Amino acid sequence: MLVLRRIMALIVKEFITIMRDPKSRFVVIGPPLIQFFVFGYAATFDVTRVRYAVLDEARTSESRQLLAAVDGSQHFRRVRNLTAERQIDEVINLQEARMVIHLGPDFSRRLLSGEQAPLQVIVDGRNSNVAAVALGYVSAIVQQYNAQRQTGFILKNSSVMGPRLVGRAWFNANLLSRWYIVAALGGTISMVVVMILTSLSVAREREFGTFDQLLVAPFTSGEILLAKAIPGITFGLLDSLFLAAAGVWWFAVPFRGTIAALIVTLFIFMLSIVGLGLFVSALSTTMQQALLGSFAFIMPAVILSGFTTPIENMPGWLQIATYANPMRYVVRVLRQIFLEGADLSLVGPQLWPLCIIAALILPPAAWLFRHRSQ
Amino acid sequence: MKTTEVVLQASALGKSFSRKGKAPVIALDALSLRVKAGAVTGLVGPDGAGKTTLLRLAAGLLLPDAGSISVLGLDSASQAIEIQSRIGYMPQQFGLYQDLSVQENLELYADLQAVPLSLRPSRFAELLQMTGLGDFQKRRAGALSGGMKQKLGLACSLIKKPRMLLLDEPTVGVDPVSRRDLWQIVYKMVADEGIGVLMATSYLDEADRCAEVVVLYEGRKLAEGTPAEFRDKLKGRVFTLTPPAGGPPPRLLQTHLAGQPGIIDVMIRSGRVRCVVEAELAARLKSGHSELFPAAAYDKIELSEPSFEDAFMALVPKADLRPKNAASLSPEPDPVPGAVSRRDEIMVSAHNLTKNFGAFTAVREISFEVGKGEIFGLLGPNGAGKSTTFRMLCGLLKVSGGEVQVAGRDLRRAGSRARAQLGYMAQVFSLYRQLPVRSNLEFYGRAYGLSGARLRQRINWALDEFHLRGREESPAGLLPAGYRQRLAMATALLHEPAILFLDEPTSGADPLARREFWLRISGFAAQGVTVVVTTHFMEEAEYCDRLLIMSRGTELVQGAPAAIRRLAQSPENPEPTVEDAFIVLAEGRLPAAAPTGAQGVES
Repeated sequence: MLVLRRIMALIVKEFITIMRDPKSRFVVIGPPLIQFFVFGYAATFDVTRVRYAVLDEARTSESRQLLAAVDGSQHFRRVRNLTAERQIDEVINLQEARMVIHLGPDFSRRLLSGEQAPLQVIVDGRNSNVAAVALGYVSAIVQQYNAQRQTGFILKNSSVMGPRLVGRAWFNANLLSRWYIVAALGGTISMVVVMILTSLSVAREREFGTFDQLLVAPFTSGEILLAKAIPGITFGLLDSLFLAAAGVWWFAVPFRGTIAALIVTLFIFMLSIVGLGLFVSALSTTMQQALLGSFAFIMPAVILSGFTTPIENMPGWLQIATYANPMRYVVRVLRQIFLEGADLSLVGPQLWPLCIIAALILPPAAWLFRHRSQ
Repeated sequence: MKTTEVVLQASALGKSFSRKGKAPVIALDALSLRVKAGAVTGLVGPDGAGKTTLLRLAAGLLLPDAGSISVLGLDSASQAIEIQSRIGYMPQQFGLYQDLSVQENLELYADLQAVPLSLRPSRFAELLQMTGLGDFQKRRAGALSGGMKQKLGLACSLIKKPRMLLLDEPTVGVDPVSRRDLWQIVYKMVADEGIGVLMATSYLDEADRCAEVVVLYEGRKLAEGTPAEFRDKLKGRVFTLTPPAGGPPPRLLQTHLAGQPGIIDVMIRSGRVRCVVEAELAARLKSGHSELFPAAAYDKIELSEPSFEDAFMALVPKADLRPKNAASLSPEPDPVPGAVSRRDEIMVSAHNLTKNFGAFTAVREISFEVGKGEIFGLLGPNGAGKSTTFRMLCGLLKVSGGEVQVAGRDLRRAGSRARAQLGYMAQVFSLYRQLPVRSNLEFYGRAYGLSGARLRQRINWALDEFHLRGREESPAGLLPAGYRQRLAMATALLHEPAILFLDEPTSGADPLARREFWLRISGFAAQGVTVVVTTHFMEEAEYCDRLLIMSRGTELVQGAPAAIRRLAQSPENPEPTVEDAFIVLAEGRLPAAAPTGAQGVES
């Protein structure tokens, strides 16, 4: 009873200090909202409205037809018509256009005479992703153009058609990269919030001297750990649930799994992050150290989570390292829940590693409370 | 030498600082004063009186809101750069580069002040010789003791022979030997170069060493004059009371007298009670009629020479912030008749306590015991190892060697029940600044297991006892320094601890707050609370039952204040203070027969 009252007092105090401190309040509310919209809108792999220029030396109906197909796609936006070959250097170097389509003077003649009609596409390789995707789109447009010409030819000559490719994407029919990003966004953003919140909590008390006062009071390390963990978990859970809901309502990302799976996953994830945050905090003597420490964790954790780049593409040894990263599991599970419709039994295999991480990191964090100051 | 030359003149000077959403703080209000060349002018006053603001205005670091201040005939508002190139200014925290050596710091400041290269070698040699830092040229400034740092700071501000020196509390927290050295340097500069010095100080005994003193209070000039003029006003109103041998300790008499009608100030000096009284009471005392001073309670009541401190206490208006004699702690109303101290019951003990930080030994083999109801003082200058010892006692720091026991247990290993018995007040204000006073009290009350009616009762007691009523809802961080100190102490006492640990509770407090604080401590000790307290004010030794003086991590001496004072007794100095004893001991001029060590000196 006595112990319970004591712990309650400490928990209430933790909540009040966070709520009364304008900076902590902002950390909980501001950055999550900003990041949600920034990531939701800006972080997309879809390539649209790529600036391109044209050097059309043929100037025939065939060349115009092909270019009309390029202009007609939502992927490209023509910014300039070139008149001489040397201008290509200039538009690419100055990034006026990311791509130049060059049609030679004999384009139509070769095409009509049944020869191969080369079409030169120059892309800006400095952004390799955009370059590769843009090239892919152009080649698709050219294929379609060829196919149309063939159809016209075949209709005239009444011959047989070849096999036709029919692709369907499961889970994300329109291959919207926003679904991929936003589904896992709640986990990423709330990790940043909780990491900052908890890493500051002990360090702030150390810096202001209030931690000594706590250590001298009858609290045990375990009680302090509990009281410090609960606000972090609460705010992290609220943040990530809010972001999940906002993803569904605002960005129309489907939610196909169960809410129970979502809550349990986020709770266990928060437990491991709070552990890491408190560990960093217990190691630090100032808030500055704590912030630097948590960012030293946050950056690699996000990169090695598969949030933006697939883990399968990383070198083998780095793939092994990702198993220690709590983010890895939550990103995977959130996509399972949102897009695959997973329930608790399906996400289970991803949850126990999170439990292990939490169990490994929380006790040393508590131990450090009392033993950091040697 | 022209001693009448005025080096600083302030006329109708005003300065206020705006605060977010509140009325501005008036730091200085229509202040006029002059500082003469060839003399030290002292600037005294409680915290927040405007001392630092005045010095910063003089140095051209702030702009006045009203009036003007001129230094060496230059206006500080429009000719700040010219002033700064002619004066030396030493702020409270002098900007020494901790990772540079003594020599490098000097060179850096010589560069900054554009001292010609040809003049440097002789100037450096002179300054190093004057400050006694010659042997430490290569040492990192960060590794110097507090006193040496201050001397180096002073050397850096003297580097290009300023014509005026502005010093902001240069001796705070400095050991008595270095304090004496600093004064000697300043006097030498005044005598040799005829410069004018304006020095803010919170040590009132230093004011007696100044040629002229200006007393500031709430931004206004309360009085000015030579120390002798101040002292003369109190002639015939200062009495020294000698308690009978074997009677109650003088601090109980002090607690009893403090705040009684007619009494302006009571303090303990060299084991006797010193009393400043109103003229009317003085007359009655001289004729031997005063119910306040029953003849039986004192061996002797004699008239004493007033000091500047007495005059200051009589001058500064006092709100009634007297502790209520801690009466609510115990049903016994009058603490005078008997001391509660029970030496047989050991509450705190340390045996060969040692602490190493890497190769550096911060505390070396300290041993002592504190009995129930005793006030035990750990005294020493900054950096002597007091706080390290203290933190080991509280279990906040791991012990490198030796043993510590508090209430029979090692707090680092003992559970929360052992910790519940002690109250702790840290050196820096360590309550939750963003929480209101009441929430802080509630939190710590609950932390120590108080609840319901009992908690309410204790909080009400704390608010009354420490005069915090009316401030319950203001965030602790926004309280004035004096109130913060009270709140910290209220928090430490809320759960009625058996042992009270106080780390530098009077550091940074002004003379008024310090008196109030010690009165409270005496009151609590009288109720049987064991008190361990650290302080760098040597004169505060008198309030302790026993004390241990530390210097550079080792014990200098241990024992009752009277016994320690006796060590410095000599024909030239028949009534030495504890500070005199410190100097004697630190300089190794200890009389050969004098005992040292843990149990050596007992009263």
